[in-house]
Amino acid sequence: MNPLETIIALSYLMAAALFILGIKYMSSPATARRGNLLAAIGMFVAIVVTLLDRQVISYTWILIGIVIGSLIGAVAARKVQMTGMPQMVGIFNGFGGGASALVAVAEFMRLSGAQAVMPMDLSLAVLLSIIIGGVTFTGSLIAFGKLQGFVSGAPIQFPLQNIVNAAVLIGATVLSIYIVAFSPSMAAFIIVIALSLLYGILFVIPIGGADMPVVISLLNSFSGLAACATGFVVGNNILIIAGSLVGSAGFILTQIMCKAMNRSLRHVLFSAFGTGDMAAGSLQAAGDKTARSIDAEEAAMIMGYAHSAVIVPGYGMAAAQAQHAVRELADQLAARGVDVKFAIHPVAGRMPGHMNVLLAEAQVPYNLLFDMDDINPEFPHTDVVLVVGANDVINPAARHDKASPIYGMPILDVDKARHIIIIKRSLNVGFAGVDNELFYHPKTTMYFGNAKEKLQELVAEVKKL
Amino acid sequence: MPESLIMGLTIFVLSMFAGFEVITKVPPTLHTPLMSGANAISGIAIIGALLVTGGENQTLNIILGVIAVIFATINVVGGFLVTDRMLNMFKKKDEK
Repeated sequence: MNPLETIIALSYLMAAALFILGIKYMSSPATARRGNLLAAIGMFVAIVVTLLDRQVISYTWILIGIVIGSLIGAVAARKVQMTGMPQMVGIFNGFGGGASALVAVAEFMRLSGAQAVMPMDLSLAVLLSIIIGGVTFTGSLIAFGKLQGFVSGAPIQFPLQNIVNAAVLIGATVLSIYIVAFSPSMAAFIIVIALSLLYGILFVIPIGGADMPVVISLLNSFSGLAACATGFVVGNNILIIAGSLVGSAGFILTQIMCKAMNRSLRHVLFSAFGTGDMAAGSLQAAGDKTARSIDAEEAAMIMGYAHSAVIVPGYGMAAAQAQHAVRELADQLAARGVDVKFAIHPVAGRMPGHMNVLLAEAQVPYNLLFDMDDINPEFPHTDVVLVVGANDVINPAARHDKASPIYGMPILDVDKARHIIIIKRSLNVGFAGVDNELFYHPKTTMYFGNAKEKLQELVAEVKKL
Repeated sequence: MPESLIMGLTIFVLSMFAGFEVITKVPPTLHTPLMSGANAISGIAIIGALLVTGGENQTLNIILGVIAVIFATINVVGGFLVTDRMLNMFKKKDEK
């Protein structure tokens, strides 16, 4: 190794250490920002030393690419609203996966032109990178479209869907084996690329809105694994290290999300949840029950004179941009001496930790936010629970109704509180397509309307008390 | 099996374990920033993109390389900035 190569190799090692340290610092909100900065420094170091590499002989195009990419990235990061964070992370994932796949394609082109026989491990890495990266790219674009509302958020289904999907995946696999084992045929190679891109679309379209936390986590994992495979392609360890860190992060989050819904990954991916078929039966059963509704004044009385209140935010809060109104209410209640806490279900929202970010944006201190396991024992001593746009995660049927599609899903035990107020636009079913018996419970009152407006009215009434 | 592949696989497996160890300690409150931060790290593909773009003379590969650089840079720059923006909002009660 010449001195330059040594410097480059050691700098990559330093970058890897900074990535790991950066993620380690993410284990507490107090140090997380520093962690992110460390990881960014690691990336900067890795990029700078790569430019010193002897392999890099021309800088013009690199510079153009970096300037364009930085501008787009910086503007997007600055402009995005916190409620739009899931789609932002989704699309960034897609770009990462796409970049990995493109690098692999370029390497394949170069090698297949230069040498007759490509080493097997290299062609295998190239194909893995293209398949995983390609799926990540189009899958993320679809996820972005769904979250942004460009594509219907409801599961999109067609006849023989699972068979078609399987055929696409098997086709890509068989062709890949052919390329690796027999010949680096350009035609087969292009078909593999096309099938990977197609599979990314096919695998995300049947997945509905509330399952998005799983998909976003999974795509996050894929973008890491794609970078990893690309590391094998270009023979660079820093890609392998960083890629597998991200791969494991995404994988862990995927597992946490699945567990929080009591569903297997296979079930999330292949069974188009909440398509309405199962909703019909349970809705009819609820037909003759009545829900009591409440107005702002009465709700303010209940909340304002309570000793303890727990606020449960759900996707409805994000959709209505109601996080600031929630904070205002919490402040007003706290000023009256009410003990206010927030209960966060792991899959509330459209990505892991979505509610926490929104409440942080509204300047709710993070030590008022409690995870499901910590807050559940407190509900029996809670005077009033205010549910803002959550549904399935508070449905007691998950505990006792074996026929319910959400049976077994861990829920927030809000039904154990003394009084429950639910802000919701209507009695409509939630994502899982199941009616919520809690709406008709004698302790429950429904406060119908847009979450933001209703909260503002509530705040006004609390102020009058 | 070539030695470099064995080396790569060793690094891969050990990094996976390191990843699992540090990431399981991240609290749910920080899952979104974790994800977007990790996301930015997955932009490490930029290294591959730089090597491809800078070392090439074939037009097609330069085009592929430049698109890869753009994609990866969006991922890296956007990812770290947006994570920072989010984390800046997380405040404890007494810091208000």
